Amino acid sequence: MASTIVEARGVTKDFGSIQAVKGVDLSIAPGELFGLIGHNGAGKSTLFKMMLGLIPVTRGEIRLDGESVTGPRFRDTRRKIGYLPENVVLYDNLTGIETLYFFADLKTVPRSSCAALLEKVGLAHAAGRRVREYSKGMRQRLGFAQALLGKPRLLFLDEPTTGLDPGAIRDFYRILRELRDEGVTMVLTSHILAEIQERVDRLAIMEGGVIRATGTVQSLREAMNLPLTLEIAGGAGLREQVARVLEGLAIDGIDDSGHSLHIRLPREAKMPALARLATLGETLRDLHVREPSLEDVFFGYRT
Amino acid sequence: MFSIDFRQIGIVAGKEFWDRIRNRWVLAVAVVFTVFALVIAYFGAAQQGTVGFHSIDVTIASLVSLVIYLIPLIALILGFDAIVGERERGSLDLLLTLPITRKELILGKYAGLAGALAFSTIAGFGAVGVILSPQLDLNALFHYAGFMASAILLGFAFLSLAVMLSVFASDRTRASGMAIGTWFFFVLVFDLLILGALVVTAGDYGGTVFPYLLLLNPADVFRVLNVFSLDEVRTLYGLATVFPEALSNPATLGGVMLAWIAGPLMVAIWRFER
Repeated sequence: MASTIVEARGVTKDFGSIQAVKGVDLSIAPGELFGLIGHNGAGKSTLFKMMLGLIPVTRGEIRLDGESVTGPRFRDTRRKIGYLPENVVLYDNLTGIETLYFFADLKTVPRSSCAALLEKVGLAHAAGRRVREYSKGMRQRLGFAQALLGKPRLLFLDEPTTGLDPGAIRDFYRILRELRDEGVTMVLTSHILAEIQERVDRLAIMEGGVIRATGTVQSLREAMNLPLTLEIAGGAGLREQVARVLEGLAIDGIDDSGHSLHIRLPREAKMPALARLATLGETLRDLHVREPSLEDVFFGYRT
Repeated sequence: MFSIDFRQIGIVAGKEFWDRIRNRWVLAVAVVFTVFALVIAYFGAAQQGTVGFHSIDVTIASLVSLVIYLIPLIALILGFDAIVGERERGSLDLLLTLPITRKELILGKYAGLAGALAFSTIAGFGAVGVILSPQLDLNALFHYAGFMASAILLGFAFLSLAVMLSVFASDRTRASGMAIGTWFFFVLVFDLLILGALVVTAGDYGGTVFPYLLLLNPADVFRVLNVFSLDEVRTLYGLATVFPEALSNPATLGGVMLAWIAGPLMVAIWRFER
């Protein structure tokens, strides 16, 4: 097995005079759950489409499992790929199971595997109903089942949780974890940063056609050196006492939300601050350390 | 560039064909054809003060005038969103990540839609052929079958144009506009232009060229193909004398029709693969 399953080298895409993607390098290891984030127009959709072979690269090279997705062995390469496009509308006049049959036939996957996939995404009860009667969430699940046809080694999921309710989102990520345990590599985009940050192994932040940063959420936070937040709750006079014990430490600020205090401080001040707060004893009822969210990281890279 | 996998073409074609069977498109079109053909066969001579079936040649001549409007319209409506519809739904990207080439996708779409169109044509006009058969001799049946075959080819040619538009159009609305424009041009405007040109030049020059200009329009090829296979109609129209011999050969005309089918489809594939 190759050490990278997705390999992009110096990938550039020009649309006329506009350079949508500028010399992107990216390596994704087998079995990784990889997130690609960026605001609209950052170039992530273009990069996604080039990885899938939907649009040609202007310069550079993309290899999936060592092969070009548009090369002479493209049929074999594409059989290893599952793709869930953003906001896909499948065929209204087909039933759920017929939809899977159609895609299974094109992928040379036995039709017998389709019923189990509908079961997996929680659509077994609607297998015989026409897609036109499906809710948006059901359509999204059907699209996901389609992407799983033929046990792909590599899944591309474009904003996969759009239209799903919280329960379905949880189910969805449960399936992703199972797939990762089976060694499936997944590349997903999302605009819901809070949702993705708990779930991906690694992510890349795209902005203006380039990848600004790649790494684990934690490593990106550390590299950004964004302030942490200590959220504490306690008895009367807490604010004064806190201000007293933390005196002399480099604190960015203290906000009072009414029932708790939010202390913003640099990462290196975390341990000294915790040690001093511990001296408050019973006055302190509760304490949370809040890492900067992916939003903070994301907007940190944008500015 | 890559080899063609006919299995993939068959899968796409099968889906398109069964879609049209299931949503009763095939049935609806077949019924329209049957009703029109029956009305024309039995009441076509009403202007002359008689009703009832008279002659297959006259019936075919009337059917040709009808079909020349109807089939191009039906074929264009059938095919205009073949590709652009998938693109607008977002399913095109999905299809193109599957182990299928763009060429196979277009050929599959075309084959399935063409199958549906041919099936409706055969069922619709075939039913009338069966109803009329007790009154037809072998020669008349042969002519009627020829008419049906040429009607299918006419449909295929306009379907090919429709699929080509569908590749070029950026959205469905534009594609439908282009389809309507295509229909107007080939069915209504083209002959007027040729006639106009003939009149303006008073037939002084180009008289030998004009008949060949008809080959630039599949609808005219269809008309010529039918009119010239029928002796009675040929004399009726009085065209035999002005028309070059080379163009009254059904094989030549059939070949031109095949070019009208293959040409736009090849342009569609070329454009889609870029």
